[in-house]
Amino acid sequence: MNLKAFNRALWVYHLNTGSCNGCDIEILAVLTPRYDVERFGIRLVGSPRHADVLLVTGPVARSMEDSVRRIYAQTPDPKVVIVVGNCGAEGDVFHEAYSLVGPVDQIIPVDVYVPGCPPRPEAIIHGVVMAWAKLEKLAKQEVI
Amino acid sequence: MNLLGENIWINGVIIIVGSAILVFIGGAFGMLYRGIDRKLVAHMQGRVGPPIVQPFRDVQKLLMKENIIPDGAISWLFNAAPFLALISTGSLLLFIPLFGQSALLGRYGDVILVLYLLIIPSLAFVVGGFASSSPYATVGAQREMIIMMSYEAPLAVVVLGIAWRISQVTTANPFLMSTIVQYPIWNMLGPVGIVGTLLMLFTLVVVTVGEAAKVPFDVAEAETEIAGGLLVEYSGRNLSLFYLSDVIKTFAMVSLVVALFIPYNLSPVLGIKAALAAGIVDGLFFLVKVLVVMFFSISLIRAGMARFKISQASTVYVIVMTAIALVGMLLVWVDVVI
Ligand code: SF4
Repeated sequence: MNLKAFNRALWVYHLNTGSCNGCDIEILAVLTPRYDVERFGIRLVGSPRHADVLLVTGPVARSMEDSVRRIYAQTPDPKVVIVVGNCGAEGDVFHEAYSLVGPVDQIIPVDVYVPGCPPRPEAIIHGVVMAWAKLEKLAKQEVI
Repeated sequence: MNLLGENIWINGVIIIVGSAILVFIGGAFGMLYRGIDRKLVAHMQGRVGPPIVQPFRDVQKLLMKENIIPDGAISWLFNAAPFLALISTGSLLLFIPLFGQSALLGRYGDVILVLYLLIIPSLAFVVGGFASSSPYATVGAQREMIIMMSYEAPLAVVVLGIAWRISQVTTANPFLMSTIVQYPIWNMLGPVGIVGTLLMLFTLVVVTVGEAAKVPFDVAEAETEIAGGLLVEYSGRNLSLFYLSDVIKTFAMVSLVVALFIPYNLSPVLGIKAALAAGIVDGLFFLVKVLVVMFFSISLIRAGMARFKISQASTVYVIVMTAIALVGMLLVWVDVVI
């Protein structure tokens, strides 16, 4: 399948699973005129039904576990999950806290990790590019 | 009465093929204009913005996605609504003069029919919203209904004002698009009337924003408050159909403004006689007119304003815009009397 249009029109749903809000601010910075990801057709959407990419921040608090699973299921295929920040990757400052069930990859499959606390906007854009590369690879193997 | 005239077969075939071509062209240009609009807004905000072909990519991508129907939804209604929206917006194009030519079915329907046809896409959005059984979509659908009822009044006043003025100079049906094109409103006005018509033009421009559901009147789809509103449960193919009908409706609405207020053609001015050359020149001139109207009614307002609250949005239409349109109509009347 030709995924060219797919790569150039990624719609992103931002899912906060209990982060400290640091990563979320950096994600918003990506949309500002300085970084302007709309150049690449990337848009933030308000509903997981419209999304191609789930941008997950935070270490997944216990009360969010069910929501994370459901939001993953609600996103139409084909989809990619990008974890932004150390929290989602391994817990970071919340490591082994009693209220956590994460990191994210314990709950849903993750395709790309963007490390940093919080990561720079350039790193987040790089993460999205990695997701493109992964989609392209999948397309070559005709998995999707 | 035989609507199709003498050669029922030939006319029927012409109408069907013509409609298909028209809807296709309307969709293509609608998407192109959406791309230009996004680019313009991005530049106004100091960004680079997406390439102009971005809407085509969006639609192509949506067609590749999974089409999810939520468990709680009324599935046949949920699936029918996007088609209803696209078909009704498509039929709008048949009754509005495009590319400097007369409307394809202009003989069979006038401006009043267009006013009613404009309601159907909004109704389809509302039906789709209610059928998807999501609380966000229900809120969005209720908001869409309120907005829809609000902009009806000023829109009707504007159309009536123009038709009344035209009925003063001719006995032909003033609601027919061909009559409106034949007697451009600006040509028969004194200074007072011009002020009145400018007020009506302003009203129609603001109504266009609401019809196209753009900022500041996009309360029904407010992404930041109700997560996409009406369309919150739609994905894949159904979402792309709604996307297309939204794009075509914007194009049709802007073309309606052009048809009512700027029905001039360039070829008589330039003295071009050959039919083909005149057609090309008028078509290009039409595209320019649409671009200008779209810039002022959609892009500029969208870049410069924030979203209204629902009560503010309907107050703007029901009270402020209706009042402005009525004053405009009154001035046009005064112009005739003095
Ligand atoms: S990674 Fe750091 S900045 Fe991001 S949510 Fe966790 S603690 Fe906050």
